[in-house]
Amino acid sequence: MLTISIRIAFALFALALVLNVLRLLRGPDLVDRALALDTLHVNAAAMLVLYGIALGSARYYEAALLIAMLGFLSTIALAKYLTRGDIIE
Amino acid sequence: MSSGAAWVEAIVSVFIVIAGVFALIGSIGLARLPDFFTRLHGPSKATTLGIGSTIVAAAIYFSSTGPGLSLRELLISLFVSITTPVSAHLLAKAALQRHSPAASSSPSGRRRPMV
Repeated sequence: MLTISIRIAFALFALALVLNVLRLLRGPDLVDRALALDTLHVNAAAMLVLYGIALGSARYYEAALLIAMLGFLSTIALAKYLTRGDIIE
Repeated sequence: MSSGAAWVEAIVSVFIVIAGVFALIGSIGLARLPDFFTRLHGPSKATTLGIGSTIVAAAIYFSSTGPGLSLRELLISLFVSITTPVSAHLLAKAALQRHSPAASSSPSGRRRPMV
């Protein structure tokens, strides 16, 4: 039962990632694209943890943590740049 | 694949599928809602729940098949729960600064920025 549910979850996450890329390509403003990138980062981190469950190895958790942290930092940097024009005042 | 009992597999399967469903709902909201301020709500909450459910499933799975209780995975969930509102707030401020066009049916369709 675990293999079937892992495949279903991978399909759902893949569809979610495709929808995020759709918004990334289509978003009329730059902030839409920044939001799509942030969502892509978090969904990719979740998919990495799922991959770790599928492989039975607990080593993919660190990669997921790194991707989540980098996603947060890049979203913050992009948002501050779009607000003000520089990142660190 | 796992050396745990069948009910542990059932719980992990339920949490994994719930996580996929939440991520899909959030991404459908991101792809289909009319303007940016409505698009900001859905993905933030849904992706937090999606990654939280995946982390709970991973914690249960690796606690059952590993040597001891493995709660390190809850660190990601804590991090994402703390940082998602900050990202959403800063993106909303950026959108207000740039006078991002709002659909007329949403309450944020005002002409001057609030900040």
